[in-house]
Amino acid sequence: MQTKNIMIVGVGGQGTLLASKLLGRILLSKGYDVKVSEVHGMSQRGGSVVTYVRYGDKVYSPVIDKGEADFIVSFEMLEAARWVEYLKQGGKMITNTQQVNPMPVIIGACEYPAELEAKIKNLGVDLDAFDALSLAEAAGNSKAVNIVLMGKLSKYFDFTEDEWLDAIEKSVPAKFLELNKKAFALGREA
Amino acid sequence: MKKLMLGNEAVARGLYEAGCSFVSSYPGTPSTEITEYAAKYNEIYAEWAPNEKVALETAFGASLAGKRSFCGMKHVGVNVAADPLFTVAYTGVNGGLIIGVADDPGMHSSQNEQDSRHYAIASKIPMLEPSDSAESIAFVKEAFEISEKFDTPIFIKMCTRVAHSQSVIEESDRLEIAQKEYVKNGEKYIMMPGNAKKRHPIVEKRTLDLIAYAETAWFNRIEEGNDNTVGIITSSTSYQYVKEVFGDKYPVLKLGMINPLPVNKIKDFAKTVKNVIVVEELDGIIETHCKNIGVNVLGKEIFGNIGEFSQNLVAEKLGVEAPKGKALSENVPMRPPVMCAGCPHRGLFYTLKKNKLTVMGDIGCYTLGAVAPLTAIDSTICMGASVSSIHGFNKANDGATDKNTVAVIGDSTFMHSGVTGLINIAYNGSNSTVIILDNSITGMTGHQQNPTTGYNLKGDPASKIDLEALCRSVGINSVRVVDPYNLAECDAVIKEELQKDEPSVIISRRPCALLKYVKHAGPIKVNTDKCIGCKSCMRIGCPAVSIIDGKVKIDNTLCTGCGVCAQMCKFDVFENVKEA
Repeated sequence: MQTKNIMIVGVGGQGTLLASKLLGRILLSKGYDVKVSEVHGMSQRGGSVVTYVRYGDKVYSPVIDKGEADFIVSFEMLEAARWVEYLKQGGKMITNTQQVNPMPVIIGACEYPAELEAKIKNLGVDLDAFDALSLAEAAGNSKAVNIVLMGKLSKYFDFTEDEWLDAIEKSVPAKFLELNKKAFALGREA
Repeated sequence: MKKLMLGNEAVARGLYEAGCSFVSSYPGTPSTEITEYAAKYNEIYAEWAPNEKVALETAFGASLAGKRSFCGMKHVGVNVAADPLFTVAYTGVNGGLIIGVADDPGMHSSQNEQDSRHYAIASKIPMLEPSDSAESIAFVKEAFEISEKFDTPIFIKMCTRVAHSQSVIEESDRLEIAQKEYVKNGEKYIMMPGNAKKRHPIVEKRTLDLIAYAETAWFNRIEEGNDNTVGIITSSTSYQYVKEVFGDKYPVLKLGMINPLPVNKIKDFAKTVKNVIVVEELDGIIETHCKNIGVNVLGKEIFGNIGEFSQNLVAEKLGVEAPKGKALSENVPMRPPVMCAGCPHRGLFYTLKKNKLTVMGDIGCYTLGAVAPLTAIDSTICMGASVSSIHGFNKANDGATDKNTVAVIGDSTFMHSGVTGLINIAYNGSNSTVIILDNSITGMTGHQQNPTTGYNLKGDPASKIDLEALCRSVGINSVRVVDPYNLAECDAVIKEELQKDEPSVIISRRPCALLKYVKHAGPIKVNTDKCIGCKSCMRIGCPAVSIIDGKVKIDNTLCTGCGVCAQMCKFDVFENVKEA
């Protein structure tokens, strides 16, 4: 099998690392070779962050390059716009419609671009945009956006719901398990 | 059982499996997790040293005592550890000694892009360079064997993409290694001229022996290809990009040991192919070696020596069409890293900017004080440079800048190498003002304990430096403490200390807002009826505060209720600033 590529993009602090941990765990359990590349250090402080997840028979590079991603899961609208160039022709983009203003916008040096959803779709991108933040809040905590998005992504894989839930159970602290299961279900239904 | 493991965790796993029992390191991205994971093994004693020089000397002491030892740092940390490095190269070891160094091509979290392979060559110490997590485990085990067999310290060199990528590994049991006996041997361990002169030829002989070993060692391997018009020599993460692009098309010489490099193996490989191309990030280390031994190769004239590689870059440079995506036609605003909401550094940097001060900066989260809208830093060089450079700046200006210049340095950085600069200020008498940003943790690298926090790496209570007493004891008589959440207090104290005709230290003290034990007041309430949209509150650059449609808006998912924004407001828009 040719290597498949999933990118997870967002804003430092949004929980992208947990999402990649979950994906890595379930893909490895299915017998794939897997590589996950993360960003630590300075960029994590509210900067634009990206995690690469690659799987297949034999994976070499730990990173995903422009035009290579089969899936991009974005935690924020501007980040979806920033990274859309990494999507493969015919790839799928899933995004939370939440807007988090970057500092240049906050201080008025530039504006948050309008109508990003339409602009991304105009590139011919297969875009699935939805309000994951509200669903996370409905599940009980705004920080569960990562698991809501994984719920959404899970619809495009033929792994069973139990396999996903097992990976969640192994990736989150026990006291947040019920909340995350709920968040996953809401994302999967959305 | 197969597991996904971070490269740095795999180095720690390798240490465990190889019977290592002593680790002393200083944190630095992308090396930090090696030591954090090593500390989780009960069989390994692990500590954070105050800096890399102390860490390496400590690990050398443990090696002398007969234990397999490790010392970890980032690339610039080797600069700090370089003094002992060049001499432990002469003494050799008793128990095996590994120096783990992590480079940061592309500078994800670093102030320069130095290539630490130069250090291996300059200090005449062997260096192994893994390209994924499984190799990280295997190479660490091999490194201890080489260290003890050839009586040498040895480098394990990581880079960001190997250190911070997870790949598949299999765990093995720990090898129980008995502590070796320490036997006095002055000719080997006392490096005064008479002895060092005898050791240097031993070091040169050792390098020749290591070259002979490198010719046939398993970690320098040739992978056959089916097109011999090109042969590629590569190592580390560059190997992964080469294989990603070409698969089994071209023969590849994959080097696991980067110093010393084999001679005959490279010559023989070159004979089997028409053209040899070297693919390596940063400087042309392998390339220069090939040219020195008379093997004609292409390398840096194709790839350059700046930044990180990727599969697309390798493809394009070697004439293979790379995939392309579709980008938006308009500019997407940058999202640079920022100080977190509730960060105690924010109020202090706002005060520095407001007073239009010249600010000597240092290394840590607070380097973000250089970013708009705070833009409050004039220089950032390396760990400790703020305290040393303000002294030179003020001395050179004959006192003309004493009253409008400060140095800022974090608690961990001050312990690392700031205190020596402060001793110089007191001893050589400049009227300098140093601000220690004491957030009670090493922040940027992800919350490591240090000598000011009262806890050690394993989380147990430890001796806690009294910063005020330390500063007074080196000869600073004026030492003040301020709360950076209190803008009026910061402003008054900074002005007072700058006016004094003596050196001062101001300790800006508040724990990092991300520490689990820190209790927050909760999101601040705003009365938007009173807001006239003057944007005064925006001048502190808090990611939780925006002006939307002319009115202030608080992001409740970020706001901690620190209340610094409320102190900027003249219209009582912010309510209920309460103590947590």
